[in-house]
Amino acid sequence: MIELVSVERCIGCSICVKVCPTNVFDMQDGQLVIARQEDCQTCFMCEAYCPVDALYVAPYADRSVEVSEEALLHQGMLGSWRAEIGWTTGSETTMAARDTTPFFEQFTKTQRPKES
Amino acid sequence: MAPKMGIQLTTDVLVLGGGPAGAWAAWRAASKGARVVLADKGFLGSSGATAPGGTTLLVIPPVAELREDAVQSRLNAGGYLSENAWIHRVLDEVETYLEKVGEWGYPFPKDDKGNPLRTHLHGPEYMKQMRRAVRQAGVRILDQSPALELLHDGNGVGGARGVNRLTGQEWEVRSNAVVLATGGCAFLSNGLGCNVLTGEGLLMAAETGAELSGMEFSRQYAPSAAFGSVTRGRMLAWSTLYDQEGRVIGRGDRAFGSLQQHLLKGPVYASINLADTDEKRRFLRHAHPIFFMPLERAGIDPFRDKFPLTLRYEGTMRGTGGLRLTGNDCRTSVPGLYAAGDAASREKVTGAISGGGAYNASWAICSGNWAGEGAAEYALSQSGDAGKRDLTPAGRYGLVQHSDADRLMDVPQIISAVQREVFPLSINFFRSETVIRASLDRLHGLVPFLHDSVSDDHRHRVRAREAAGMVATARWMYSAALARKESRGLHAFAEYPQLDPRQTHRLLVSGVDRIHIRAEKVPHASELTREEGMVL
Repeated sequence: MIELVSVERCIGCSICVKVCPTNVFDMQDGQLVIARQEDCQTCFMCEAYCPVDALYVAPYADRSVEVSEEALLHQGMLGSWRAEIGWTTGSETTMAARDTTPFFEQFTKTQRPKES
Repeated sequence: MAPKMGIQLTTDVLVLGGGPAGAWAAWRAASKGARVVLADKGFLGSSGATAPGGTTLLVIPPVAELREDAVQSRLNAGGYLSENAWIHRVLDEVETYLEKVGEWGYPFPKDDKGNPLRTHLHGPEYMKQMRRAVRQAGVRILDQSPALELLHDGNGVGGARGVNRLTGQEWEVRSNAVVLATGGCAFLSNGLGCNVLTGEGLLMAAETGAELSGMEFSRQYAPSAAFGSVTRGRMLAWSTLYDQEGRVIGRGDRAFGSLQQHLLKGPVYASINLADTDEKRRFLRHAHPIFFMPLERAGIDPFRDKFPLTLRYEGTMRGTGGLRLTGNDCRTSVPGLYAAGDAASREKVTGAISGGGAYNASWAICSGNWAGEGAAEYALSQSGDAGKRDLTPAGRYGLVQHSDADRLMDVPQIISAVQREVFPLSINFFRSETVIRASLDRLHGLVPFLHDSVSDDHRHRVRAREAAGMVATARWMYSAALARKESRGLHAFAEYPQLDPRQTHRLLVSGVDRIHIRAEKVPHASELTREEGMVL
């Protein structure tokens, strides 16, 4: 679920408010707030669209957890999904361009260890 | 205080839903010269089952034998409810649309001869491009604008009305044709991107008299990490499964037919430890990044650690049921109403089994195009525009505003009550006639609550309609299930473990208060009887 809006990074552009499929965010007096965390579907789309990497979606779909912005920064987690998709300014390649899925079945057939 | 009216528009085609099917329908209708408005509950680009992850496509090279093989094996696996001609249509056309996606800039990977491999799409990139294409085609997009009900008159459907979730204002679009592309119903089971799929689109259509088909084929669950949202069964092909004591209970089977039994007994853990070299791990990591990222965030090394699995219910999304299509242009049984993607029954291409990712993804693209073109032609052939029609709202459930009913609708309570009937493997997966009948009775008991009053708060209004959509969908599913006294594809009854050749037909359901059921003939039924005869 969405767990963090970095107040330091957020520029109040409200793109996430518009993009969130389940309407989790509100703007209140120019500030972004997580208004309905329980409606978050853990789809990570807000992170992908945030232009300043101010959001963090924890991987837990059914429960809320404590997160520390400092620790997430330290681990390089803020903006990591946007970077992997290739939407960070200056990205040289995209997730789509690196896609190995078209070879998945063939790879599985030839490379997976046989039953002993 | 009554909600304010915001946008009021008259157009030719209104598309409800902004996943792939809706996006393609809007693009196609606009390309045919129609004025088009697309309204999505969320945002065209992020909404729906495809956008956050990705989707494998059904693409088969244009070699007659390969295609005929695929069609025949699907006919057999799908219990002879699919239609060969429709699968051929999908195979013939999907490549053209995927070429378009490439022209629009999607970076398809290439084989060693430099030919693009158009067999998989990563959701975020794909849907961002679809948004751009739809806008460039001149479609007016209403984001964050869930539809609440359709408008109709004696001549059929003529638009829809809803609310804007950000402003609370109402919107109304009048149009001579509507394409319903609101997806399946996944009952808020927290599968990736699926919590927008709550069945109110099916309900809206049914309130205008539309028939549904294949609702009994709804026994599909998908494996995900127990704590997470990402459902990707494919990775199980590289996994070892363990029980609570660490005993190996399976290895390298992507389907794991026994997962349901094991989960009834206790926790099941997976480790993708069949990927035993860096090269293999890198390959898998790049195939499905959305599968790995959340596990890594949870501090799990999925290639070495064991992580708990669960099954998330996928409802009619990976089931096959939806609005019955009555023509090649994806028209429904109600004039002016078209359906595409998972909102439509996919039996024509999948038969009684799941469309999984591949069939459903190619179906969304093709049915979107067919419905978009059909809706455009229909709308443009009408003599007057929809603004002149005497249209009234068709909604009846979960909409009672300003009423005297003193009881405010307890939406969370209703949603939990539906989930208690459709989520448990012991009810919905291991189906038995007696258990399903008792469950259906409890679901019928929820209908009176859909007439409780709904507040002016737009979020309550949207949720109330979603709850009504889920109640209706669950009742159609189990009503159809009880009418199929056999096991076929995604429907199975303990009492009737065999396929019964005499039930090689589709089951059509309609109505909300009272559910009507009738059988519809399918073109290939006699081939099954012939094969059965040969076996006997």
